Amino acid sequence: MAIIVDNDTRLVVQGLTGSEGRFHGLRNRAYGTNLVAGVTPGKGGQDVEGVPVFDTVAEAVSEAGANTSLIFVPARFAPDAIYEAVDAGIGTVICITEHIPAHEMLRVYTYSRPKGVTLIGPNCPGVLSPGKANVGIIPAEVFAAGSIGLVSRSGTLTYQIGYEVAQRGLGNSTIVGIGGDPVVGSSFIDVLEKFEADPETKYVVLVGEIGGDEEEKAARYVAEHMSKPVFSYIAGFSAPPGKTMGHAGAIISGSSGTAAAKKDALEAAGIKVGTTPTEVAELVVAAAQN
Amino acid sequence: MDLLEYQGKQLFKQFGIPVSEGRLATTPEEARAAAEELGTQVVVKAQVLTGGRGKAGGVKLAEDPADAEQKARDIIGLDIRGHVVEKVWIEQASDIAKEYYLSITFDRGAKQPLFMFTTQGGIEIEDVAANDPDALVRLHVDALEGYQPWIARRLVYGAGVEDLNEQKQLADIIEKLYRCFVECDAMLTEINPLIVTLDGVVKALDSKFTVDDSALYRHPDIADFRDPGAADPFEAFAREKGVTYVKLDGSVGILGNGAGLSMSTVDVVVVAGGKPANFCDLGGGGSAEGVVDALEVITRDPQVKSVFFNIFGGITRCDEVARGILEALDRMKIDIPIVVRLDGTNAEEGRKILADAAPPNLHVSPTMLDAAKQAVELAA
Repeated sequence: MAIIVDNDTRLVVQGLTGSEGRFHGLRNRAYGTNLVAGVTPGKGGQDVEGVPVFDTVAEAVSEAGANTSLIFVPARFAPDAIYEAVDAGIGTVICITEHIPAHEMLRVYTYSRPKGVTLIGPNCPGVLSPGKANVGIIPAEVFAAGSIGLVSRSGTLTYQIGYEVAQRGLGNSTIVGIGGDPVVGSSFIDVLEKFEADPETKYVVLVGEIGGDEEEKAARYVAEHMSKPVFSYIAGFSAPPGKTMGHAGAIISGSSGTAAAKKDALEAAGIKVGTTPTEVAELVVAAAQN
Repeated sequence: MDLLEYQGKQLFKQFGIPVSEGRLATTPEEARAAAEELGTQVVVKAQVLTGGRGKAGGVKLAEDPADAEQKARDIIGLDIRGHVVEKVWIEQASDIAKEYYLSITFDRGAKQPLFMFTTQGGIEIEDVAANDPDALVRLHVDALEGYQPWIARRLVYGAGVEDLNEQKQLADIIEKLYRCFVECDAMLTEINPLIVTLDGVVKALDSKFTVDDSALYRHPDIADFRDPGAADPFEAFAREKGVTYVKLDGSVGILGNGAGLSMSTVDVVVVAGGKPANFCDLGGGGSAEGVVDALEVITRDPQVKSVFFNIFGGITRCDEVARGILEALDRMKIDIPIVVRLDGTNAEEGRKILADAAPPNLHVSPTMLDAAKQAVELAA
């Protein structure tokens, strides 16, 4: 099992011939992910280390049987790339690209959502199911396989927590980076729902940060719909209002989106919130070892 | 990116939303000349990126050009919530009969644009929402459906506007504001107050406007509004260097890799009893080039007494990062103590490289909390 990516993943990388796409696409393949195709308009017929490149995603689907797409194309072409993947019938689209205008993503989201596509990102590190598949830029070597689901808006912070879990002898079912933009394809709730349904996942760690109200919504969802224990960490307690903290979506607007409000909402839902990344790793490990 | 009132009004004007005639002035003399050109009673308005201008004495009515000069002299240089007034907007005064409120925000939660309209304008919209929620009409728009005339009808009838002449003008402004919101890639467009004059003309008396930074590449005219002089000087320098940096008030300089980890580093310094001097995100990697630029930005702030370098090595391994740090320290002279925490891929090798080189002001600490404590002590 695991969620979103696994042994059934047949991956196409949109932008495989670019430097980022090539580096990470081949890394994903070296990890064991079934990389079946690349797409770069105008480079159809070429190959990257034996991986066939097509002009269109539709061909990657019909010729190579791709069912999951990883997008590395630059921001101004990325919305088109997502639409193309969705319209070609790809069921899981993971977009790494940063700096896509929020209005573009709003339209992409509104279009793709009713089609039932699992869209992860943009501005995210991707999805890793340890021992099965890695789709994106997550450093798989710091994670181990196990029963802890991890969902986060940030990259390195998640690696830190996953690493600390692995150092303590446990591991993760799937690590999902949902992305740090104001509009992302999958919310915490979308991913929590998948973890709740996944038999391999026994515990969940939710890593949030300032901005928006997705953590608050997730807290309500956990209280009402989840049987599995959830732990959390929130970054940005000391962030000043009105400043964008690295991620486009990490901004306190007026009095909304503060870390303190998120922590309160999570704790009110019975979720333990760690003060440091290490502490949340310790909390979940202690629960799993009991 | 937040726009000043006059910049937002320029965009409103381009989209056909009625605004008062006005001029920008940076000196009292320019204010006088502007008032002479406008030829009417004028309002002198401080141009700062903060609310509460009126209460702070930043908005004043002037009877004639001499008075405008005097009022501008009072306002320019005024400190409004930490923002020093450098520009004033001189605008023809309006005879206000009514004050309404109209805005469109980018509602992240609902993932739809959100219209808000009320006839109780001129005050904080949060107060209307809290005290008289029924007076505030809220309406989400489907991003693909876009603007349709029924939207204006829902807002105008919903708020109880009965005057036919006003209804017509409002519908027009509502449509144009939506176009402006979408076509400018705005995260917020707010008109408060949206006034009705004594002779029945509806127009925007103020503007609050935020544009998506990620979309500025396709709005060079809006990007040009950015005034490097108005920004924090350290932040302006960071922007020049391409470093992701936010100035804070403390003494512990912070450098992390990744936005989440960097935010977390700021928090941990506070947990350790210290005061962070900045937020700085090196990005996912840790090249020597990036480290040099970031350290240059951080140490430019004289308040910085120590630097906490917090790195998690993923694809970029810690031994590479360690070599990058040493190379950076080789290329620039830094006297203040630096505490490095390396964790992740090849962390031990990385720590060993730093320990072997042992620059005198470099301290290596294994955990985030311990490193933070040490950086806080060294800054004291």
